[in-house]
Amino acid sequence: MSGLDFSSAFFAWPLLLEGAIVTAGITLTAMLAGLVWGTALAVARLSPVQPLAWLAALYVNLFRSVPLVMVILWFFLIVPEVLHGLFGRAVGDIRLASAMVAFALFEAAYYAEILRAGILSVPRGQMEAGLALGLTRGATMRGIILPQAFRNMLPLLLTQAVILFQDTSLVYVIGLADFFGMSYKIGDRDGTLPEMLILAGAVYFCIGLLISRLAARLQKRVSR
Amino acid sequence: MISIRNVSKRFGAFQVLDGCSAEIKRGEVVVVCGPSGSGKSTLIRCVNALEPIQAGEIVVDGVSLTDSATDLTRLRARVGMVFQHFELFGHMTIMDNLCLAQVKVHKRDRAEAEAKGMRLLERVGLADQATKYPAQLSGGQQQRVAIARALCMDPVCMLFDEPTSSLDPEMVGEVLEVMVELAREGMTMMVVTHEMGFARKVANRVIFMDQGAILEDAPSRTFFDRPGTERAARFLSRLLDH
Repeated sequence: MSGLDFSSAFFAWPLLLEGAIVTAGITLTAMLAGLVWGTALAVARLSPVQPLAWLAALYVNLFRSVPLVMVILWFFLIVPEVLHGLFGRAVGDIRLASAMVAFALFEAAYYAEILRAGILSVPRGQMEAGLALGLTRGATMRGIILPQAFRNMLPLLLTQAVILFQDTSLVYVIGLADFFGMSYKIGDRDGTLPEMLILAGAVYFCIGLLISRLAARLQKRVSR
Repeated sequence: MISIRNVSKRFGAFQVLDGCSAEIKRGEVVVVCGPSGSGKSTLIRCVNALEPIQAGEIVVDGVSLTDSATDLTRLRARVGMVFQHFELFGHMTIMDNLCLAQVKVHKRDRAEAEAKGMRLLERVGLADQATKYPAQLSGGQQQRVAIARALCMDPVCMLFDEPTSSLDPEMVGEVLEVMVELAREGMTMMVVTHEMGFARKVANRVIFMDQGAILEDAPSRTFFDRPGTERAARFLSRLLDH
């Protein structure tokens, strides 16, 4: 053997699974909530109602200009205070919840920019065709513009999902054991840190590569 | 059916429409022509309020567009419009394109909407294309679907904004045929086009525009045989030269 010992990963698989669930949970929540909130922001940014467009732009620029680690820490430190204020009693372990909220709000800013480009990629005539048929602006946006914007932007949305998936490892700053954090802990405990980090890296690499390839294939289909 | 009264519109300092007036009666087919940039597309887009106007009044089927109490969405549901670039919805099948507004705006149930859609697809000769997507059809076929989609709403009049301008020459005929048929059935039509053959054959009147103003509004025979302005005569001779 080369001196690397992967046995601790083998024996600690229930813990690794637990970490993987945390990672998947944050990624999926942030993707779904971020997509919904991001869509709303994109539509607001393109709205003819100026104050609305301005507020959405402010939000997007704010979140895109601060480091993600800071956002994670903010929510970890601020949300318990707010909850405490609201309910008047101490709350339990909010690390996972605060991480989900932080990621969702942060991702929404990035999704909003992708979707804004997506909406602008749909020819203006499509809105006019919807209006000319007697549909309202909102109905045309929901039924005609947004579905095509999503379709055009699917590769970019997936690419953003890969970045998000990798970024979830940043939750180590609030002591949350996601897949990466759990791997680190196990390696630290068993004295097999290099092996565990190689293993964790390999898992991130495989999943990331898989989604990236999928995005590249979709890109080809969309641009055809 | 359509009254355009002294309508003016500016884009910044540029006067796109300058005191335009015209009347289109029920069952009439009126062709609007003129050099590019003359404001003819803008004028037709104003008729279903896709473009706001700054002065004047437009009344369609007794409803004033400039009245702030008018529900423009409801009005547009009764005015059919066909665009230069078809504007079919690319993520939907042909049948879904035909049904969407019938269900959402006219509140028809799906079966009723599909039956209506199928009847109109048959009318434009495309009944076998119902399950396809727009990108699978030729330009001429797409434009015929677009006409069928507008007819699904039972419009009181139809607006055509250069319906054949983005088509390959060999597809122009099939679209014009559908339009000629529609005109014969008595549909009120306002058509922006360069197809002078169509104008000569089916138009009751021709409106000639230049630099945002209506220079001529004459029965089509008069317009082609004895154009009243030197500008229109030059426009016609240039079109007929080649």
